[in-house]
Amino acid sequence: MKEKIKARVMDSGKIKRAFNRMTTEITERNRDLSNLVIIGIRTRGVHIAKRIAKLIKEYDNVDVPVGILDITLYRDDFSELEDKHIVKKTEINFSIENKDVLLVDDVLFTGRTIRAAMDSLIDLGRPKTIQLLVFIDRGHKELPIRPDYTGKSLPTSRREQVKVKLKEIDKKDEVLITEPGGIG
Amino acid sequence: MSFNKKHLLGIQQLTKPEIITILDTAESLKEISKREVKKVPALRGKTIINLFFEPSTRTRSSFELAAKRLSADISSFSKASSSTVKGETLKDTVLNLEAMQTDALIIRHAASGTPYFLSTFCRSHVINAGDGTHEHPTQALLDAFTIREEKGKLKGLKVVIVGDILHSRVARSNIFLLNKMGAKVILVGPPGLVPLQMARLGAQVDYNMDRAVKDADVVMMLRIQLERQQKNFFPSVREYRNLFSLTPKRFETTRKNAIIMHPGPINRDVEISTQLADSLKSVILKQVENGIAIRMAVLYLLLGGKERDVTD
Amino acid sequence: MLLIKNGHVIDPYSKLNKKSDILIKNKKIVEIKENIDPSGKKTIDASDKIVAPGFIDMHVHLRDPGQEHKETIETGSRAAAKGGFTSIACMPNTVPVNDNSGTTEYIVSEAKKRAFVNVFPIAAVSMGQKGKLLAEMADLIKAGAIAFSDDGYPVSNSQLMRRCLEYARELDTLIIEHCEDLYLSSGGVMNEGYQSYLLGLQGIPDYSETVMVARNIILAEKTNSRLHLAHMSTKGSVELIKTAKNKGLKITSEVTPHHLFLNDSLLASYDTNLKVNPPIRAKQDTKSLIEAVRHGIIDVFATDHAPHSPDEKEVEFSAAPFGINGLETAVSLLLDKLVNKNIISLNRLIEMCSCNPAKILGLDNKGKIKKGADADLTIIDTEKEITVNVNTFESKSRNNPFHDWKLRGSPVVTIVDGKVVYSSLK
Repeated sequence: MKEKIKARVMDSGKIKRAFNRMTTEITERNRDLSNLVIIGIRTRGVHIAKRIAKLIKEYDNVDVPVGILDITLYRDDFSELEDKHIVKKTEINFSIENKDVLLVDDVLFTGRTIRAAMDSLIDLGRPKTIQLLVFIDRGHKELPIRPDYTGKSLPTSRREQVKVKLKEIDKKDEVLITEPGGIG
Repeated sequence: MSFNKKHLLGIQQLTKPEIITILDTAESLKEISKREVKKVPALRGKTIINLFFEPSTRTRSSFELAAKRLSADISSFSKASSSTVKGETLKDTVLNLEAMQTDALIIRHAASGTPYFLSTFCRSHVINAGDGTHEHPTQALLDAFTIREEKGKLKGLKVVIVGDILHSRVARSNIFLLNKMGAKVILVGPPGLVPLQMARLGAQVDYNMDRAVKDADVVMMLRIQLERQQKNFFPSVREYRNLFSLTPKRFETTRKNAIIMHPGPINRDVEISTQLADSLKSVILKQVENGIAIRMAVLYLLLGGKERDVTD
Repeated sequence: MLLIKNGHVIDPYSKLNKKSDILIKNKKIVEIKENIDPSGKKTIDASDKIVAPGFIDMHVHLRDPGQEHKETIETGSRAAAKGGFTSIACMPNTVPVNDNSGTTEYIVSEAKKRAFVNVFPIAAVSMGQKGKLLAEMADLIKAGAIAFSDDGYPVSNSQLMRRCLEYARELDTLIIEHCEDLYLSSGGVMNEGYQSYLLGLQGIPDYSETVMVARNIILAEKTNSRLHLAHMSTKGSVELIKTAKNKGLKITSEVTPHHLFLNDSLLASYDTNLKVNPPIRAKQDTKSLIEAVRHGIIDVFATDHAPHSPDEKEVEFSAAPFGINGLETAVSLLLDKLVNKNIISLNRLIEMCSCNPAKILGLDNKGKIKKGADADLTIIDTEKEITVNVNTFESKSRNNPFHDWKLRGSPVVTIVDGKVVYSSLK
């Protein structure tokens, strides 16, 4: 499906400042960083989680463990997936029992991904708290889910798509709004 | 990644990408069995029936656990025999079970071709858990998964399969799968049990065990049924042991870090000498563990998500 | 009186091959010439059709008495009529076995009452077909048996085979032998070879037939007797028969359409309609059987019509009974795949379907179009296109693997004893 770029809402500079701000908010709220664990939702949530952990190490010299969560098996929206079959590994090599879990994803849309992620976490153990960080909140929630930390709020229409591009996998940092259409 | 089949009838129908998808999915699912709560909701609400016409605790319970760990509902039925002179025909039995709104039927039967037969009239997904001497696809998949784990790859490996190849569905499925994945297969055993024409399935045939196992990466020992001696496939267990059992001396000629495998249960000191049998134990345990992951992957790929119209 | 007008008459026996009319009176052929006056006579217009002496299928299983759920003498004969056959010979593996005059007489009288075509019972060689004690052949001939066979089974005991050949020789009757070494074939369900190894089904090696063909030819030679070999299926058998014929031995043989036109690669579907004994063989066997037909090494086409009820065949492959239904598809298959492809001539087809079986069974008034011969005729349209539909079969059974096949050539009228027993003409 062809897509055309409607707008470039964040460049690498804005993204960097958003990360710094969110990290400050996290460390302010979580006094006991030794009980914090960060879990990123595949795929881009993982890179965001790692960046946050790196910043926490820089600022506060604490090693916060990072885990990878694949929520394919918990989805309730298979019909939206083109290929239901891509199950990747969940890699959480530490216990989440009684921990403060910071769940990280790139875009918050309907909220169903986060619901699935929470179900999955609870099957893995009993966290003390779960906090949610999303890089972009684009509206159109279908479930009562709200993020604790947001990189940017971005009102969008349902037709549009929000693409968070990260230099770890996309060569550069930027946030784009795209739309189906264009020539072809 | 791709998987677009309604049934798992055998390895013969699978493409290489489909096999890789199953192995990769199994790898992702493996950690679920290591959690404290060994369950994910992927197949919640699906009804699966284990229909076993041949006795089996291992494969049956492996499928049962695989289904349960994906939150499916599973029930096991075993019948001593099938379309007998008295009693229900297989077709009637299956249709009666399907009337309970099943989503999948896992079938093990002594007659080759039974899963094909079922697929001609079943609405449910049909999964072959072993049909006669024809195929046992999940066994071959878990064997391949285990080899891939140990060796990192399948392509280019020398795999030697030893024993009653003629009557072995495990051998056939493995021959098909290893061929699709680019491994080299050698078949060894007494001439009556390893007809030359079986080479056409994708293997070399050798009747000399010493020559065949040299530089092997994997040696797969099949269980020999002692009743075959009555039909003169080999004169005695003693002679079979001398010619074809895996002894430490023969094992020494295999490549470094070669692995021994066996679908189980083992006839100690017939197929394999006692000392090696003990070292074999660890791989067998891995095969059992991987069996659950593979079967979870198969169930997930066939049943997970919305029912789509897949024509086979 | 019945007049067949304007047909192209082909009879290898009388060496006829021309347009001609045929007049039938009192169940006999009375006149064969052009332009017979049709006034006052019931007439069939056979323009553009071939008129042949009535086809004879000398290998049919009617299952009656005892297994009437599969077929009866009546339904089998209706199937035969639709298939263009005017006479059939039925095998004795019924329940009870036809090894006694009572059963033979039942078949004869039942056929007289209800059959649409001539039915000739073949009686058993051994009591119960158990291969131990000779049946009372003279008594059975008196009751109406036309030949003897243990078909379904071979006569495994060579001593018994020798005795029955000698005994039959002096009664001037025919032994028909099903050639199979039961030890070699034991447990098998399809042809042994690459396909059986692929499918995980136990195989029946081709030489389980060939070793018995060899034995039987030698015994026939040593006892100086006639012998007819049933349903030949292998290259090896063909080679042995060729040598035997060159030596002048009195060996005849038959082949079925399913052995000519199907090969074992089709079994991959595990379709039980392909399960038959002797099994469907490999391509090289079918090739040599077709060559043997062309060169006169095989004498007869026969169907080995083996009906089973649909329930019995709708099971897993190894549990299904052996047998293929054949009466209603044989002639179309032979026309489409041999005659219309110029592999054999119509003359040869008719020779193998009519003249030769009549000769071999000693039916002197059949298998020929000549004054005084029985009025059994098969009229064929070599251009008629049909699509095989098992659901319209006259037979009770449906176990025919040719469903949906499109064939060119079909029997259109079947006349037995001067009466039209089947016609698809308007």
